[in-house]
Order: sequence, then structure tokens, then C-alpha cells
Amino acid sequence: MKEIDELVLPEDVRYAQSHEWVKLEGGEALVGISDYAQSQLGDIVFVELPAAGEELTRESEFGTVESVKAVAELVSPVSGEVLSVNETLADEPEQVNKDPYGGGWMLRVKVSDAGEVDALMDAGQYLEVLKGLE
Amino acid sequence: MRYLPHTSEDIQYMLETVGVESLDALFSTVPPDCRREAPMDLPAPMDEWGLLAHMEALSVEGGGSPPGGSFVGAGSYEHFIPSVVRALAGRSEFYTAYTPYQPEMTQGTLQAIYEYQTLVTRILGLDAANASLYDGASALAEALLMAIRVTRRPRVALSRGVHPHHRQVVRTYLGPTGYEIVELPFGEDGTTDLSALKGGDDLAAVAVQSPNFLGCVEDLQAAAGRLHEEGSLLVASFTEPLAFGLFTPPGLQGADIACGEGQSFGIPQSYGGPLLGIFATRDKYMRNMPGRLVGKTVDVEGRRGFVLTLATREQHIRREKATSNICTNNSLCALAASIYLASLGGKGFRGLARLNYDKAEYLKSRLGGAGFEKAFKTPTFNEFVLKAPPGFDKSHARLADRGFSAGLPLGRWYPELENHYLLCVTETKKREHLDRLVEEMTS
Amino acid sequence: MKENQGTTGLVLNEPLLWEKGGRGREGFSMPEQDVDRAALPEGLTHEGPDLPDLSELDVVRHYTRLSQWNFGVDTGMYPLGSCTMKYNPKINEDLAQLRGFAGAHPMSPPEQCQGALRLMAELERYLAAITGLDAVSLQPAAGAQGELTGMLMIHAYHQDRGSQRTKIIVPDTAHGTNPASAALCGLRPVPVAVGGEGILSTADVARVMDGDTAGIMVTNPNTLGLFEENIHEIARIVHDRGGLVYGDGANMNAVMGVVDAGKMGVDVLHLNLHKTFSTPHGGGGPGSGPVCVTRELEPFLPVPRIVESGGRLVLSEDHPKSVGRLHCFTGNFGVMLKAYAYIRTMGAEGLGLASRLAVLNANYVKERLKGTFDLPYDRPCMHECVFSDKRQKDYKITTLDMAKRLMDYGFHPPTVYFPLVVNGSIMVEPTETESIEEIDRFIEAMESIAEEAAENPDLLRTAPSRTRLRRLDETAAARRPCLRD
Repeated sequence: MKEIDELVLPEDVRYAQSHEWVKLEGGEALVGISDYAQSQLGDIVFVELPAAGEELTRESEFGTVESVKAVAELVSPVSGEVLSVNETLADEPEQVNKDPYGGGWMLRVKVSDAGEVDALMDAGQYLEVLKGLE
Repeated sequence: MRYLPHTSEDIQYMLETVGVESLDALFSTVPPDCRREAPMDLPAPMDEWGLLAHMEALSVEGGGSPPGGSFVGAGSYEHFIPSVVRALAGRSEFYTAYTPYQPEMTQGTLQAIYEYQTLVTRILGLDAANASLYDGASALAEALLMAIRVTRRPRVALSRGVHPHHRQVVRTYLGPTGYEIVELPFGEDGTTDLSALKGGDDLAAVAVQSPNFLGCVEDLQAAAGRLHEEGSLLVASFTEPLAFGLFTPPGLQGADIACGEGQSFGIPQSYGGPLLGIFATRDKYMRNMPGRLVGKTVDVEGRRGFVLTLATREQHIRREKATSNICTNNSLCALAASIYLASLGGKGFRGLARLNYDKAEYLKSRLGGAGFEKAFKTPTFNEFVLKAPPGFDKSHARLADRGFSAGLPLGRWYPELENHYLLCVTETKKREHLDRLVEEMTS
Repeated sequence: MKENQGTTGLVLNEPLLWEKGGRGREGFSMPEQDVDRAALPEGLTHEGPDLPDLSELDVVRHYTRLSQWNFGVDTGMYPLGSCTMKYNPKINEDLAQLRGFAGAHPMSPPEQCQGALRLMAELERYLAAITGLDAVSLQPAAGAQGELTGMLMIHAYHQDRGSQRTKIIVPDTAHGTNPASAALCGLRPVPVAVGGEGILSTADVARVMDGDTAGIMVTNPNTLGLFEENIHEIARIVHDRGGLVYGDGANMNAVMGVVDAGKMGVDVLHLNLHKTFSTPHGGGGPGSGPVCVTRELEPFLPVPRIVESGGRLVLSEDHPKSVGRLHCFTGNFGVMLKAYAYIRTMGAEGLGLASRLAVLNANYVKERLKGTFDLPYDRPCMHECVFSDKRQKDYKITTLDMAKRLMDYGFHPPTVYFPLVVNGSIMVEPTETESIEEIDRFIEAMESIAEEAAENPDLLRTAPSRTRLRRLDETAAARRPCLRD
């Protein structure tokens, strides 16, 4: 598990209390889990994601991520329609560990309310939350 | 007492280390409102020799094999068990071992169960088998719950040809969840009548047993075709898997899940337990399976080894969202089954299945010629139903007194089959036993 | 320090079954074909499965070698908390082979199986006597199935009263089977945390108990090895709102002859014959999980029940309020038989002494090791005690590392990472069948490992080194599962 000062927390994404990140690109959002989350879970072995076309609502469960000894729910930081999911995670769930903000992306969502993204934390605020968890 | 090694010196020393006066003082945190008032009302202890005598006496009243022979199957089968099974499964490294959560210390169990899983998939014609469930009945209940999870439909259909006790257990498991169970009748030929199913039934699964409780071999291929059009799963259950040494197994006929009773594979009847719940499915449903799974892997030096895997489905991690609540299963029985199958080999498995079939057909035809009609024209394996001549019930009772279990009367579970009997013949019956039975039944 | 009991020795490699043998080898004594071959029905048969052909010695060597890769209770100590890995008496194994029992068909007419029925009826009475409850069903095939039975009965009880409830209270120290079994009955688990003392507080239970709560599931002693001292009052709170108390009896080995579950307020309790009552663990079963209930819940017990009729024992399904059947027949008779033999061997005094010595052993371990390992609850424990890896954190050594190193010393690791309420928990249950020499050796091994953690942590991180295989890649096994060849 990483120490807090080893965590990668990019400035160009927003963070949810439940450790998901969102990167807004026009009206679409990429969603994944933070470096903290993947570090806590350990080696990820399986990711269960919704199908394209499904409607998500903010703070509802959209899937699960599993390591050998643990399962965590994935909670949606935004509302909207799932446009696509990262199919490579089916064969290479380890991408979530290696590159949580890049190759480990999970969903592309058509955001219904951009205000929801603004309400999320920036990297600095998220770091404070993580320090509080120690 | 030979199981308790502490001497009074040991106890004294340990109490001093702990810092209490007496053994009773160790229970200071147990309040009076929880304590027993009187000692437990149990019989005085027996020494090893008295216990042996007592148990031998009980076992003689037990039930063993009636001297004339038992010709009843119905979910519990008399088969020869080679002495190697007892000798090897009786090795204490196997039977006194714990569940293999620490794989470095339990590779024996893990490899044996991996082999068991593989043998089961080959016998049933499917992709993935689990490490065992309790019995065929709970395996069927788990299969239906799995189908409900996979399809997200809350209704299942269950053939009346499924063992009556299995159907009862399914109702017990599905009862509190409010899932609906539709019962399918069997037709004149003794197989499931699927015509009761209309299109758009929205069923998660249909469960059909083959060979069924009436001994008849069902056409699973036809059932699979119909069900898959509707998006329903075919659950094929069984109580006598030796049949698949001769008859086409469920996986090769399109079944999505095959589950049933494995007691025939080297496990003594033992008044009905422990048994062996066998469960197998297709690769695409692997993560939805209940029960433990053993997987192949390597150690840090790249050597092949085995571990319990996909544990996130199970209760100790997933807790209330687990695919099943099962923890302890029937591992030693799965081991015994593997040893049995290893002894039989492919050649023996096929040969033994054929021998069971031939002997059952022999009895069927001899009795057929003596007033006992075949109830159904459908092919059977080692069990079949005969309609007895009128008044046979009295003879049946007399034969029981004389030490012959001449079939199971079916009226109790199938009122329309009053005066019909389910008979079973395995390799344990020589021709002279069969001839003798015919004489007794027709005299 | 005495010599480390773990060592290396000659153990042989052994391939998979189908990697040996040769087509056509025979290992089975096929009976004679003394009837004509019958015609085969068209279109239904096939050529049979592809299984390896092995000779008898091939089979014997295979499984003998595999067995030598296993550690069992007969090899050495298993200090596994909440598993009660006590000695499995050999006489009991012999008794299970008696022909009259091994060959008994469960659907035989009652006249033919009075011996089996009598054994079961007596065992029911003994378990009632031991627990202080009134009626018993031996049918559930393992503890989890016993829990399911208990949940079904609680569900049925409420339904019978026209009051369907949707929740059940489950402490955060509960075994995973508890919430899993509750969920199978449509009961939503409501968590309640243990208090600072490591036990449930009456206030916390009262706060969550309401008219929509079916009851509470309690393990007593709990999985921290502590006696739930407030249980009587907790039971009253639950009963006052019409709920029932389910007792998980996995830890019964601590309290035989001491505690009366009925008096405590438990309405339904399951027992694990493969824990408390010495039947072997089998590498993962078969077990047996009988349920014991109060007179009030008796009508809901599974069927068939064993009853007296016309001077003999019979199986009866005539119980309209029963939750139904759980097992194809009457449960794991072959396991019950061993538990029966154990109880007949020990008697009341023997069982009472077993519990007291189990508790003595655990307290002794606790006192001897609390200077070395962090002890979250420094209070009198029952038959098990819980440590954590907190003191070893400075060396970046985890519970897992220490558990793996313990194997090199010739011990099976204790239960690790359970209960979840203690980070890095190490739950030790010696059981009463371990002698003081064995326990002292265990303590010395643990102390040695703690020293190694400080002085030579890599030794732990690369452990075990003496086993045939070393740390196995569980990640790869889960990412790309291969469940068969």
C-alpha cells in the first residue's frame, strides 16, 4: 500500500468522497477510481461494469471492483447515460492498478448535469480528506 | 482421559501463569443469569471397549443390507467401493486437515480437489465444476438460485420427475424469497411434459432430472433448444451419475447447469449422509457459481500449485451479497469420489455403467415376463418402474420380513402410481440374486 | 530455546491424474458379466467420458504422495480461532465403517433401521441436555445450513404470528455466514458494533431493536474470544419487541457444562459437530450443523422428525408448521455417529473438563504472548484470544508474513484477518487436546518470529521456506481462473 505522499492525484480531475475520479471532456465524463483506492484494494482481479446505454444516477452503485480478498462497490459520482465501458479491463484488470487515471479508466458517461462535477472535490481537497482517514 | 493431556501439575502451573486460583475462576466473566444450575444430563462415560460393543449392537439393528438384497435406489445407491478408497481417504493427512485457506500446507487436498473438478467437468460435459456442495438436493436449490441471479427473473419450473425430496428442499430454499416455482407434470412416457410451458413464461430456469426419479432418461437436448429461445436456463439434475458412462451427459445436450448427487462415486450409503453435491456450469457463469473453487497457479519459484480462488463470491468476503452462504462443504467426499473414479478409470467407468444397465434390463425383462409390466416405454439406466399385479403389496411386505427390499412403492409421492414399484439393480447383484428375487416376487 | 520442530524432509513430486497412467490400465475389480448384454437405445448413448486409466498402485502412490503434502491435526497443532481443531478420535472413524451403519439405505422401512434412528434420537437428547434447549433437528449438513435453518424458523415464526419482519441485528464481529444466511431469508442485516470492552452493549442493541426487526444473531463467546456478558439483558430487549435470539454455537467448546443457552435467552442455536464434537474437518467437510430450539419453536423444526410410534422410532413429516426439508435425507448420519461416540466417551464430566481446559489453554497463551504482540482486549478470554500485528508495523511486517513464517516452525497459522473489527487480527484457539509442551513450543515459535520481524524481516516476507511450494500467486489465480485441466 502506498504512503500518502506517494499517491498520484492529478490536478485535472475531480474526486468523490467514495474515491472515484471524474474527468470532464465537453459533455462527457471519464470515470475511474483513484490511486488511493487501487492502492488500498491491492492487486485487482476483476471489475464488474454496467452495459453501454444504462442510466446512472449520482451516488448509486454502478459496479464492483475485486481484489483477491476484498470487494468494493463502485459508486457513480455523476448522473447520465453510459456511452462506453473500458473493455480491456475484462482481460487486464491490472490496468486499474498500473494506470488508474489512464488505461484503467472505467466508464465514459454522457453527463446530464455538469453541476454535479463542480460539486466534487479538487486534488487538494481530496488530499485533505485522505489525510483525515489516516 | 486419553484425549485430555493435562496433568494436575500442568494445570497448577498454568493457573499460576494466568493468575487465577482455579479452573472455575477462569469463567469470572460468565454472569449467574447465564449459568447452568445442574450438571448436563448425559450418560456416564464409556471406555473404548464398551463403546465398541454398544455401537456394534446398534449397528446390527441398523439396516445394513437386508440378507436377500436391497433393490432400492431412489437417490441412495449400493455400489461396490474398492478398498483403496477407504485406505487413501482414510489417511489422516487428508481427513484431519482444515479447509485449504493456507495453501502451502494443504497442496494434497487442493490438487485432489482440482482433479475432482476436472473429472466432474469431463463426466458432465461442462466447463467449470465447484469443490462440492452438501448433496444433490441443496445443489439443485443453489442451481435455481443461481439461474435467478443470472437471468434476473423470479420464476422457475421444476419437473415432477425430479426426486421428491429434492423438490421439497428447493421449496424450502426458495420459500422465504418469494420466488415462484411452477411444477411440470410428466407424461405417459414417464418424461417431463414441457407442453405446459407457453412462450413468454419468463422463467429463469427449468429443472429436469435425468435419469429421473422414475428411472427414465429425458431428452435434454430438446428441452435445451426450447428454453434457450426464451432466454431461460436448463438445469439438469441427476441422482445416479454413473449413468453418464453410457448415456449422453447433460453438458453435451445443452444444459447450462448440471447438478446432483455423487454418492454413487465411492461414498457409502451411511443412512443418507454425508453425501456429495456435484455442481457444474459453463465458463460464462463461473463467477456466479456457489461453493468453493480450486484454481491452478504458480508459486514464487514458478512451480505449479493450487489455491482456493474467486473467493470474493463467498460468504467470508461478500457476506450478505454472497452467491451462497456455504462454508464447510463435503471435501472429503469429493476426495473419495476422485479416488473411486481414479480406480475405475475411463475404461472401468464405461464398463461399470454398461454392466449396471445390462443387469437392470435383465431383471426388467424377467419380471416383465412374470406379470410385472413396464410402466413407461422410455429407456432407463439402472432404475425402472414396474406395475405390479394386484395384491402385490402384501407380498412386498412379506418379502421385506424375509430380507428382500423388492423395490420402493411409489404411491406415497405419486398417487397415480399406486401399486407401482421403483426397482434398482447395480453391479452388486449377481444373476443368481436376480433370479432369486424373481422367484420370490412371483411366488 | 528448544529445537524448532519445523524441518525439511524428502517429499515426492506427483503429477496430475491424467498425466500418468496408460490407456487400458485397470485399477478396479470388475464383477463378472453374468447376464447377456442388452440392446442399447438409439440416439441416447455415447462413448463415455475421457478419464485416465490407472493401475491400483498408480492410484495408491498418487494419493499417498498428495497426502504427504498436507498438514493435519494428526501432524501438529492448528491454533485456528473459531474452528476448534481438536483431536479426532480414531475409534470414531472405525465405528463409522460398521456395516450396519455404512450400508444402511435411508429410505428403508423403519423396522430395518431402528439402530440408526435410536442413535439419532439419543444424540438429539444429548445436544438438548448440553445446550439447555428443548428440541433438536440433526438435519442441517453444516453450520451454515444450520444458520439458514435457524433463519427460516425465525421467519416462519413471525409469519405464523402475522408479523412479517424485514431486518435482523448482526454484530460486526459475526462470521460471514451469519449475514449471508439471513439474506437468504430476505432478512436485511442491521449491523451493531461491539463496544469498547469488545462486547455488545445493551444500549446499542436497544437503539436498533424495533417492531420490524426479526431478532438478533449472537455468537457467544464472540469471535474476539470474549463472553457476551450482557446477553441476558440483550435477549430481554429483543424479546420485549417480539424478536427472537439466534445463537451461533460455533464457540460452544468454551462453555460446555458452564452455560445454559436457554436460560441465557437463546431461542434457536446451531452447533458444529465438526468443531466442538471432535468430528474430523476433512479438508473442508463434511460437517454437521444441528439446530436446538425452545419448546415454542419446536413446531417449526425441519422435517422429517424422529418420533415414537407403535413402540418404535419412525420418521414423520406430519408437522404442518415445519420450515420444510433441508437435506435429501436426514442429514450427515456418518458425521453424527462420530459426535455421538465422542459424547458417550466423554460424558458430562469429560465435556465440562474439556471446556475448562480449552479456556485455560487460551488464557495461558494470552498471558505468555501479550508482552510480545498487541492484545486489543486485555481481559479474561474464553477458549480463544485475539492479537494484532500493530507492534510489528514498525518493521513493515504484517500478520500475513508472520503466519507464513509460522509454517516453517511446524505449526498451522492461527485464524488471520478475522474478526474484521481488529486490523491485522490473529485469533488463537489452542483447544483442550494440546499439551503444555506443544503450547509452549507454539509460544516460543511466536516469540522467535517477533524477534525475526525486528532483526531479519525479509525472512518473514519470503516465508514459508520449508514447505514444498512457497507463496502462491492468488492474484493470477483470480484474474485468469483455471478451474480444470
